[in-house]
Amino acid sequence: MKVATHTFDAVIVGGGGAGLRAAIELSQSGLNVAILSKVFPTRSHTVSAQGGINAALGNVEPDDWKWHMYDTVVGSDFLGDQDAIEYMCKFAPQSIYELEHMGLPFSRLDDGKIYQRAFGGATREYGKEQAHRTCAAADRTGHAMLHTLYQKNIQAKARFFNEWFAIDLVKTKEGVAGVTAICIETGETIFVKARATILTTGGAGRIFASTTNAHINTGDGFGMALRAGYPLQDMEFWQFHPTGIYGSGSLISESVRGEGGYLVNKNGERFMERYAPHLKDLSCRDIVSRSAAIEIREGRGCGPKGDYILLKADHLGPELIKTRLPGIRELAMTFAGVDPVKDPIPVVPTCHYLMGGIPTNYHAQALTVNARGADEIINGLYSAGEAACVSVHGANRLGANSLLDLVVFGRAAGIHVRESIEQGLHFSDASDTDIEEALSRVYRWNGNQKGESVDEIRTALQKVMQDDFGVFREASTMKQGFAKLEELKDRLSYACIKDKSACFNTARIEALELDNLMATAVATAHSANERTESRGAHARYDYPDRDDQHWLKHTLYFDDGRIDFRQVNMKPEGMPPIILKAREENH
Amino acid sequence: MSEKQAMHFSIYRFNPETDAKPYMQDFYVDVKEHNCNMVLDVLLLIKNKMDETLTLRRSCREGVCGSDGMNINGKNRLACTTHLSKLDQPIVIRPLPGLPVVRDLVVDMTQFYAQYEKAKPFLQNDQPTPATERLQSPAERAKLDGLYECILCACCTSSCPSFWWNPDKYMGPAALLQSYRFIADSRDTAKQERLADLTDPFSLFRCRGIMNCVDVCPKDLNPLEAINNIKEEMLEESV
Repeated sequence: MKVATHTFDAVIVGGGGAGLRAAIELSQSGLNVAILSKVFPTRSHTVSAQGGINAALGNVEPDDWKWHMYDTVVGSDFLGDQDAIEYMCKFAPQSIYELEHMGLPFSRLDDGKIYQRAFGGATREYGKEQAHRTCAAADRTGHAMLHTLYQKNIQAKARFFNEWFAIDLVKTKEGVAGVTAICIETGETIFVKARATILTTGGAGRIFASTTNAHINTGDGFGMALRAGYPLQDMEFWQFHPTGIYGSGSLISESVRGEGGYLVNKNGERFMERYAPHLKDLSCRDIVSRSAAIEIREGRGCGPKGDYILLKADHLGPELIKTRLPGIRELAMTFAGVDPVKDPIPVVPTCHYLMGGIPTNYHAQALTVNARGADEIINGLYSAGEAACVSVHGANRLGANSLLDLVVFGRAAGIHVRESIEQGLHFSDASDTDIEEALSRVYRWNGNQKGESVDEIRTALQKVMQDDFGVFREASTMKQGFAKLEELKDRLSYACIKDKSACFNTARIEALELDNLMATAVATAHSANERTESRGAHARYDYPDRDDQHWLKHTLYFDDGRIDFRQVNMKPEGMPPIILKAREENH
Repeated sequence: MSEKQAMHFSIYRFNPETDAKPYMQDFYVDVKEHNCNMVLDVLLLIKNKMDETLTLRRSCREGVCGSDGMNINGKNRLACTTHLSKLDQPIVIRPLPGLPVVRDLVVDMTQFYAQYEKAKPFLQNDQPTPATERLQSPAERAKLDGLYECILCACCTSSCPSFWWNPDKYMGPAALLQSYRFIADSRDTAKQERLADLTDPFSLFRCRGIMNCVDVCPKDLNPLEAINNIKEEMLEESV
């Protein structure tokens, strides 16, 4: 089948924060850009981010981007690349000012400057007192940011393909030539040809049964990269947020603790004082989540089943909650049936964010490794935001560094693509066979006439990941999980959709998404099993300690099951490296 | 499952490829057994376990992304934040009114987004860009509360008879809320032009104060107040 070709200088896959930021950079410089988004852009998951975005503006007290960098490196349990972290923290203030100039309605301090709140893992002077570094628009920062970025794109007149789903990368001998895509409303398939393809497809929290993530977070970029033969990096590192609402999984932002809230167990004990005497409830998320999980496991959880803990905020007073945490209050009342002004919120550690993803350098260029183990840039492919692993979060992300990551590296991707095009980045010519290859998934789903449903396999997949690859891991349970995943992967190839309609067929989109969930889950399982240590969010009963001698390196996973490694960058360009230490000594 | 325990849902169905006209289809769901609290939980249960052809939009499932606006028991609301326990049976679910139906509960939002763009929903400032943030006092910033939180779910605009009548000319409550969000922003310098853009008989002045928008907004925003504030600004500017 011959499909229509649409040609652009750059195609951006994903209309969340990273994609929209990259688009602004490109369309403002007069390039011809297409943004493919499977949902109308303001429905992207960036909209759910609450607490804020880190930058050492120093609006509340003196601050320094180098302190921010230190916190990020330590928070990453030293797996973050220091050159990328340096780039991010250094450009953070400028990125925030750009957003403010675009119109983002930040909350304000009395002197008219951007409001900044306390957040987990943020310190002054390399590990000393709590810092106020998190810029916020009440507790709706992601919503305010995503809408602002979309609005700026309206002004810049970017070309949107809304409710178009990207199927696969079109690969040639030279690199990536663009993507195939399907229009959800009509079922039409096309080839989008571009000099540069930027994957800003976000995360994949839906591989777990319980997640703060939206239904659309299905790892589409991960499936696309793996199927094209490119590696994914650090896929074992999934962040569990300490405060997902018990039952629904919706996020309750760290800003509740930033504003003075704290966690208690069934005895009313503020247990974080015991686990982390210095930063307490504002320790890094991996530490707080593990502590909460231990409280629950050791019988100090709350409720009839003892399977949650409580987040107390009633002592903050109604005024503060209504002005600084209005969105949280609404969520708690809707999904937990409690008003935080009066009552504590039942919460539980919940899958939230993937630190791993498509490996890139800090220009957002996607990387693979060659036969000699050296980094190799993939021609024509970029990635930014949660889809990418640049790696600024290493083994554990600091709260409010994700919105920062996506604007800084969305911007970096735009700048690098623009410069590359100015320097002659050319189109890679795809043959009909190359394009057909990138449409084969659609043919498979259209062709399969009987088999299990998407829901059966997806539910089973989510259960395996939840049971065998959760907050704590060990070889024996992961081995069981593996066997189940292998079987599910096999069953997936025979699964079928009954709905073959061309008109707004969401069953077909969910099927295509399931391929991506499966690819992401398998990559996670392999990488988690491989890493025989505990670091950041990857916690193992059978290997409880960090092992720098063997494991201070990034894991790479390829679709054929191959595992490889990359060195962690310990060489920032403008300052001395932050030296490896045990984490407790630092924070 | 006995029909006594089950909750009764009547859902609008239409696929233009196969159906000559729309029809209502009954579903009975034991909501307790399946742990369904919200209308969205039931719709996804039906799609996943009973009939995968049921078509709807959904994303965040927590009332922030604005994907799943629909008409539930006669009122426009978000499926993900509407508690089943607060609804009378049969629970009747239809697509948002006043917009063309694409399939089942999915409507064509083109006209809604076109009106949104007409509001020029982006900050305009003709002053030199400062090196740091533009200052804004907490009081100035407070004027944006109740405006910037809009999630573009279209519950308000698609409940507005003035919009049903002139969807191409009357901007509708959601777009006008955005207009005022920028008129009210102390950092925006295009207030005069923004007000001038709204002086024709339709864009703004087709609002008849019916207040459906205020009644249905799932975020408790007040588009009518924003519309009235725009009119006041116009008066002040013309004096």
